[in-house]
Order: sequence, then C-alpha cells, then structure tokens
Amino acid sequence: MTKINTKSDIIRNPGIDFQVDKFCDLKINLSAVEQRCQEYAKRRSIKKEKQAAWLLKVVSLIDLTTLSGDDTRTRVRRLCKKALNPINEKTKAALDIGDLNLKTAAVCVYHEMLSEAATHLKGTGVHLAAVSTGFPAGLSPLPLRIEEIKYSVEAGADEIDIVISRRHVLEGNWEELYNEVKMFREACGEAHLKTILATGELGNLTNIAKASVVCMMAGADFIKTSTGKEPTNATLPVSLVMARMIRDYYESTGYMVGFKPAGGISDTKTALQFMTLMQEELGRRWLEPDLFRFGASSLLGDIERQLDHFTSGYYSAAYRHPLA
Amino acid sequence: MELNKSFKDLDYSVALEDDKAAVAWLGKYGGRFGQFIGGEFLFDDKADVIKVSNPSNGDVLAEIEVADDSAVDAAVKAARKSQESWSNAGGHARAKVLYALARLIQKHARVISVLETLDNGKPIRESRDADIPLAIRHFYHHAGWAQLQNSELHDHESVGVIAQIIPWNFPFLMLAWKISPAIAMGNSVVLKPAESTPLTAMFFAQLCEEAGVPKGVINIINGAGKTGATLAAHSGVDKVAFTGSTAVGRSIRKSTAGQSKKLTLELGGKSAFVVFEDADIDSVVEGVVDAIWYNQGEVCCAGSRLLVQASVEQKLILKLKKRMENLRYGNPLDKSIDVGCLVSDAQFKQVSGLVEDGLKHGGELYQCDKMDSATNFYPPSIITDVDSSHPLVQEEIFGPVLVISSFRTKDEAVKLANNTRYGLSASVWSENINLSMDVAPKLIAGVVWINCHNKFDASCGFGGVKESGFGREGGKEGLYEYLKPIKLKYDKSRGAGKSTSSKSSKSAASQEIDRTLKFYIGGKQTRPDGGVSTEVLNADGSIAATVGVGNRKDIRNAVAAASKGRGWAKQTAHLRAQILYYFAENLSVRRDEFISRLEISTGVSKPDAEAEFDATISRIFTYAAWTDKYDGAAHNAPYRGVTLALPEPIGVIGLIAPDDQPLLTAISLIAPAIAMGNTVVYIPGERYSNIALELVSVMETSDIPAGVINIVTGEKATLSKHLAGHGEVESVWCWGENDVVKDVEEISVENLKRTWCHENNDRDWLITSQGEGTEFLRQATHVKNIWTPYGD
Repeated sequence: MTKINTKSDIIRNPGIDFQVDKFCDLKINLSAVEQRCQEYAKRRSIKKEKQAAWLLKVVSLIDLTTLSGDDTRTRVRRLCKKALNPINEKTKAALDIGDLNLKTAAVCVYHEMLSEAATHLKGTGVHLAAVSTGFPAGLSPLPLRIEEIKYSVEAGADEIDIVISRRHVLEGNWEELYNEVKMFREACGEAHLKTILATGELGNLTNIAKASVVCMMAGADFIKTSTGKEPTNATLPVSLVMARMIRDYYESTGYMVGFKPAGGISDTKTALQFMTLMQEELGRRWLEPDLFRFGASSLLGDIERQLDHFTSGYYSAAYRHPLA
Repeated sequence: MELNKSFKDLDYSVALEDDKAAVAWLGKYGGRFGQFIGGEFLFDDKADVIKVSNPSNGDVLAEIEVADDSAVDAAVKAARKSQESWSNAGGHARAKVLYALARLIQKHARVISVLETLDNGKPIRESRDADIPLAIRHFYHHAGWAQLQNSELHDHESVGVIAQIIPWNFPFLMLAWKISPAIAMGNSVVLKPAESTPLTAMFFAQLCEEAGVPKGVINIINGAGKTGATLAAHSGVDKVAFTGSTAVGRSIRKSTAGQSKKLTLELGGKSAFVVFEDADIDSVVEGVVDAIWYNQGEVCCAGSRLLVQASVEQKLILKLKKRMENLRYGNPLDKSIDVGCLVSDAQFKQVSGLVEDGLKHGGELYQCDKMDSATNFYPPSIITDVDSSHPLVQEEIFGPVLVISSFRTKDEAVKLANNTRYGLSASVWSENINLSMDVAPKLIAGVVWINCHNKFDASCGFGGVKESGFGREGGKEGLYEYLKPIKLKYDKSRGAGKSTSSKSSKSAASQEIDRTLKFYIGGKQTRPDGGVSTEVLNADGSIAATVGVGNRKDIRNAVAAASKGRGWAKQTAHLRAQILYYFAENLSVRRDEFISRLEISTGVSKPDAEAEFDATISRIFTYAAWTDKYDGAAHNAPYRGVTLALPEPIGVIGLIAPDDQPLLTAISLIAPAIAMGNTVVYIPGERYSNIALELVSVMETSDIPAGVINIVTGEKATLSKHLAGHGEVESVWCWGENDVVKDVEEISVENLKRTWCHENNDRDWLITSQGEGTEFLRQATHVKNIWTPYGD
C-alpha cells in the first residue's frame, strides 16, 4: 500500500503586508452558510469500503490531543503510543493495512508535557504540537507569550498552536492582531504556526472571516477554530467560512494555508462531514496532513469502532479498543 | 485494492437508492394505469395509451390510458356527486382526512420519492429531501385550515368542482399544492397530472381510500393536452387551477372565457437574481446553484437571469465557474449527485435547441460537461455577454441555463429585473437591510427572496403577476382561490332603477341648463376623441345630460393617465385615507342634489335614493378606514426568518360597472381600488352614466391626484374590449352581459391580466355583506411574499 507522505511539498505561507482592503468589506450571511452546510451530508455519500478509506484518512489527519489540568507523563505516554499505533491489530489485519504504517498526524499537548511526548515521538514522523501563548485565554503578558513559543520549540515542538487575542477582534484592532500573530510566527522559527481563533468568542461569522484573513496575512500556516474550551467549538458553518477565506487567500497570493477544526468532533459522521466540506470547498489537496488536521481526542475511538464494524459487520464496544 | 485506491482518491460512493419497492409497485398494477374516478381505478381496453418512461435510460416504466371525453365527463360527475356532502361534512371531518393523507404519504415517502425520480429524472436527493417532505407539509398545513375553516373563514364557502392540471417538473408536490387546499375547503377535484409524469399521482390515488377520502372527492385522470383542455372546458367545472406553461395557460383562459369559472394560473417565469456588491459572494454562488441548477432548472421560479453589480461581476463569474466544476451528474437515483437529467427527449431537444439558436445572437457559453442525449443530461450552463434584448435573456428556457448581465446602480437593477413579461419571483442579494428591503417591494413579482432562492412552504403564498399568471398557492391567501363569499340570494328586481315613473319633477336638478358631461382623464375634463356624444335619459324620458361616447383612443388616454398616476401607490396609506375622507366630506355637502339626481335619473323613491346616497358616504368611509388596516401578515414558515405577506396594489384596474345603483356602484368599485393604491379607469353602466360623471367635480375638489381616477363613458361592449386588450391594464373588474364578460376574459390573455367578471348585476350594493369588504380588497391587491431569513 502507498505510504503516507509526511513530508510536505508546499511553500510555507510567509505572510503578506497588512492590507485593510483584503478584509474590511467581508460580509458573511449566516443563514446562507448554514443552508450550504446542511447539504454536505445529504448531497455526498461515503459508504462501505470508501467510508473505511476516508476514515483511515481521518486517522492520519488527527492531532491527538490532551489538554487537561490533570495531564501526567503516563497519560501523555499512553496518548503517544496510541498516536503511533492508532488502529488495533485485529482491525488492521482485517483491513490488510499493515503496510500503511498508519499514524495520527500529531500529538498535541501543553508545554509541560512536551519532553515526555518528544521521547516517544522522535523520529516517528508524528508531529509534536504544543498549545501556547497563554492557552486558552491568551491573556498573559505578550513578552511571556512570545517566550513561551520559543520555550516550546526548544523543548521539541515542531508545531505551535497559539491563541489569538480575542479582544483585538472584538475591539476592531486588526493591525494589532496582525502584529501579534506576526511576532508569534517569528518566534516559531521553523516550527509551524497554527492560529486558534476561538471562534466561539468572536461574536459572528463576519468577525471569524476577518480574523482568518488577518492571521493568514500575518503568516499562519494553519488557521484553527477553537481551543476546545469555548462554549461552542468547531462547527460546520464556522469551518465553511474559514475554508472560503483560505481559498480566497490562496487565489490572491498563491499560498496554501491549512485548516484545523478542533473541539467537539467526536464521531465519524461529523468527521466525514468536515472531510466532505474540505473536499468540496478546497479540493483533494486539502485533505492531506500538511493542510488539514482534526483537533480531537475521542474521535479516534469512534473511528476504530466504525472500522471494526466494517470488517466484522457488528458494532463494537468502546472498551474493546485500546484507550488513547 | 479498492481500499487502497479510495484512500488515495478520497472519492464519493455511487449510492444508488434501491428502486425495488417502486418497481414492484408498478408491477402490481401490471404497468398500466387507467383513470381514478369515484374512488376506483377504471380501465378501458380500447383507450389510447401513452408510454411513461424513465428519462435517464429510456426504459418504459408503465403506460397510461388517455381519458377521453366520456371519462372526463364521468370524473367531473363523480366529483359533483360527492361535493355537497364533502362540504357539509364539516371542517373537522375534512381535517382528519387531510391529516390521514399526510401520515400515509409520510409512511410511503421512500417509495414515492423513488417513483418520482424514476419518472422525472430529478436527483433522488431532491425528491427525498424537498418534493415529498414539502408535499407532506402541505397536507398537514391544510388539515389545519380545514379544522379552522368554520372559525376563520365562516363568511366563505367552497367553490364546487375544481379541475386541476399540473406540470411534470414537480409532479407530486404540485399535486399536493393543488389538492390539499381544494379539498380542505370542501371542494371536490379532478386532477390531471402531466402525461410524462403520472406515476406518483397514481400512487397517491391508491392512498385515498385508506385515508378515508370519500369516493369522488378526489379523481385523477390521465392524458395529455387534449384531455386537459376537455377537462378545463367542461361545463360541470366551477374552477380551473392550472400550473404550466404560459402558452397553455393562455389557451385555458381563452377556452373558459364567459363560462363564469374561477381561474388560477401559475405559469412561466424568467426570474431575476439580483446581486449587489455588498452581498456575501460565496453564499451568492451557492444561491445560484439553488436557483438555477435545482431540479435541472426545470423550475418555474428558477433564478435564470443573474443581474450582478458591475463592481463584483468578474469576481462572481470566476467563482461560479469554479463551483460548476464541482457539480456532480449521473444516475438520478445516485444520492451523490447534484444534477439529474431533463424530463424527456422533447425537453432535452427544447433546451438544447433554444440555447443553440440563442447563441447565434451572441453571448458566451460556459459548461463543464458535454450534453448527452442518451441520458437526457444537459450540463449546467452559464451564458455571459448578453443584453436584455437577447432571446435567451427574454425567453424562459426551463433548463439549467443561466444568463448573466451586469448593472450599475440600484435603480438600474430594478429596471432590468422588471424588464420582462413575467413576474413570478426574484431574489435580492445584499447584506444591507436598507438596500434589500428597499428593492424587494420594487421587484414586480409574486415572491421575492432575500439572500436565498427557491424556498417554499405551505404557510406562504406562491404565485405570480403579469404573464406568470394569477392566484396564490399556500398560506391563507391561497385558500381564497378555493372559496367564494357566501352571498344572500340576489333578487334582481331589488336595487334596480324604475323607469316607469312619469311624474313631472319640480326638483332643482331638472331645471338645470343642459348638462354636457365630459370624460375625466388625468385630472382634467376632456371631450371625447371621436367628437361623438349621446344623451342619457331620466326615468321620465327627459334628457338628463349629454355624455361622450368613448373610443379606443379615449381608453388609451385614460390608461396612459392612470399609468402615469401609479405614484399613488407610494403615498402613505394614511394620506390615501385622508383623501378618501375628504372626498366623502365634499360629497356629503351635495347630499340633496345627488339624492334628487338619483330620484330623477333612476326613478327610485326618495327614501331609496337617500339610502343609496348615505350608503355611498358610508362606503367611502369603509375603504378610508381599510386603507391603513389591510396590512398583510408575517407567515410562520419553518426557518429562522420571517416571510412578509404584503398586499400590493395590482396597478391599473379597469372597472366596468353595472347599470343599477349608479352612484353606489361607482364608489363601491372605485373606492376599494384606489384605497389600496391602484389607479382606475372607470366605465359607468350606460343607462345612468351621467351620475358617475357628476362625481367629477367632487373629485376635483378633494385632492385626488391626477390620473388616480379616470372616467370614460360610452358603449360598454366596445370600451371593455379596449380595456381588456390594453397591455398596461393589470386587471379588469367587469359587470356585464355574458358576451361582454366573455370578451373581457378572452381578450385579457393579451397580457394575462387578472379579471373579476360577473354576469350582469349579481348583488344588492346596499347590503354591506355584498357591496363592500375584503372581497373587494383582495381583488384590489395581490399578495407578495418576501422571504427574509435573518441571523448573524
């Protein structure tokens, strides 16, 4: 079987100058966006073998995540082991995908857990992501937030998930937002920058669209929906708007920016809707791990159960699959 | 390995909906359907048959027997026989039947959806997610109206036997739109589905018994245009409801002229899709998909004319082209497709031929796929570089073809949008509420969608203006199409003038200098164009006045003046009311004079004349009162938003009055029309036409703007023809002899104007329940439904 290509051939988005006219006229119509989102599941069908294939793809796109106050080294170790071997042996054998060497795209943790994770992931091709810049509120002093990025990069993270200052969006200080993200990008160096918009706290879709554009202008490699700590997490409407902004940015600059919905995506049905959204709005290229990630923890378990059902014809119980 | 390939491609499944149950059902009937009359399926070995085929592969699905004249007659008779008891059964009994139908359709939704797709070629996703659920909703919604009929519509009664002729683009949904309101209101129906798509109607027929529909209340007959024509023209039919092409609508209007049938026509369209620069352009792109590629563009209200503000034209076209690459085509039963196939070989030829011919006049065609005559697949198409004079911009194509042109300003957008013979629907795309709410009412159409297109619901009225027809389906406004006001039996001797009196009157009026009464056109008293006058006699045979005899040119001038006066509609309702009150005030000071004139002219007794005059003043007050109170509704459709049902003036209305009660009828017709913002051309009854002209001097002193009321006298038969044929007259109300009424209805097809015709005088205008009220206001308005989704 084809090996998963973890190397990316895309040119990193270097960002562009701050240009108000790139986003000031943006207007997003909620009802129309919602209507479009209702169609992905209804207009596109992914069944049986194809569903199994798509779900295996989803596995390869997951940033397997733990972001809890009670995270410990053993918890992180277990997560890393699962990331390296996400599908149980029985299912793998039944699907005959041993050659695929399937892994999740990354493991995502707090800074303090990086060293433990790094020991398990080094040289495996699984990326190591750290949430940063005062996650989840992003309200610690700016110099500290920048230092935090550098710390994490030094500790082995090759992907940094920062949170934007929501207040800059809510107060319309777009240029400040731009400058801040640009500083974060510089602090990242070679590590890839994912900007978490915390869409549940931005008020409306128009603000989400504008924040997406500003973050991309400032050099984000990925734009990401949520921390998982806001009242609403990744939704299809929010994702559609962000995907459209990525498309426009690509068409006007030639740079491909990735998308990461995070939080609340815990079942295969929902995950496939996000996959369809990406396929429809951005095309096949955006379904590779260098341009699309799922920030999720419990999703993997449901995929395993679904794959198990595909091979056996019966629904499995959660306890039969190794815990992440 | 499949898994390996799929992992690489990440393509979609071909998910074919199972058609076994539908095919088995067809087999149960041996693939042959006759007529459903009086609750039974009737077959006739000798009948002509029409083959019904699957347009996507040509497979013959079934054959239908063509209903001949005697079958049509039998169906109408069965409907008639059942109608009275059905009407008398009461709202609750009917509600239960409609509710049962809704439940049964729900129970069989899957097989009906598959049948529809097999028969029509539309994507299964659309029949499953749109057509059938909406049809179910119509039965539920109208079950409710049946239940509420006694309390909410107690002053109305059922019309009787309804002939319903429906098209092939939404076979089952149109059946539901037609049958549910009709039977809810106590009518019996004879429905003829399109000959190319009759199968779901046959499925529905077999549900009728189980639902407890009394035999004969619903009859369904098969056949093509000839059967439809026979049905529409049948003398036992009280009303014809037709959805289909404008050409067939015209022929139905003609064939039913003078038959005293109610008529609703839901016809073609060339609906504008208006995009302003501040719209959410990505959402506009999806809106276009919904507007023109939904159901392969075989939608009467398809947004087929895209008008885009020049500043965003190129951006939108680029995005659209890119979006088109993503549309999926294929077997209509595949759940993963967006566009199915056209309904028939004939429709395929029609669409491809129209486009091919049209392109000879210029324009650039863009398609992502090739057409395929074997599967009747015509690819989604856009045509750019065309102007309003281009045939593809003017003609309804009824296929997945969008024409695109640009505009510079809001005013130009409105002008271009309205530059069409049709007036079914339109959509406005803008994130500016001021702009969209300003433009929506200015678009001449029955339905306007803001930031969406092709939304429908049973609670909202649907229907057109201009050559898109008249009448509404859905909502309370749609119910009145299947109702008539309960009227007292009218005794023709009442209210009529008495010309037997011969006593010599000493009243002031009779001692006047000879009166020569001119026309009233554009706020001026004008002489007849032909220079011909005639005398109007008093009841005693003496000369009341000399009045003009109008001709075609006088009508032309009057209509031009009325048309120029259209600004009246934009005045506030408050102002129109004030002017009507002022008119009443000015008229009331001339009470004695008018009473005397009525006595002398018509020969009625003084008390009768007084009664007529006082009723006239009261009537003006009634409509002055209604002016700011007849104010529409906010429909409760299942979406986050509000559908505004706004009564809008029709425009220019020609009023052709009966002879009797000349003062009261003049006001009874003029006042409701102008109260709602219309302008009128009034043709008084010939016998006492002087009375209406005597009103002119009162009108002149009452601040009524020029052109709002125009009066031309002369021969009713002649003038009514000129009015009915005039393209700028949107409606004609007519009380006249049968031949006058017939002429009006027949000639009205010219611009498919609305008509409200009555043979001779059919009411006592003194009685308020007959002479005034919402019946008149409904005729003076059409309801525009404006869909306004909201949310941020």
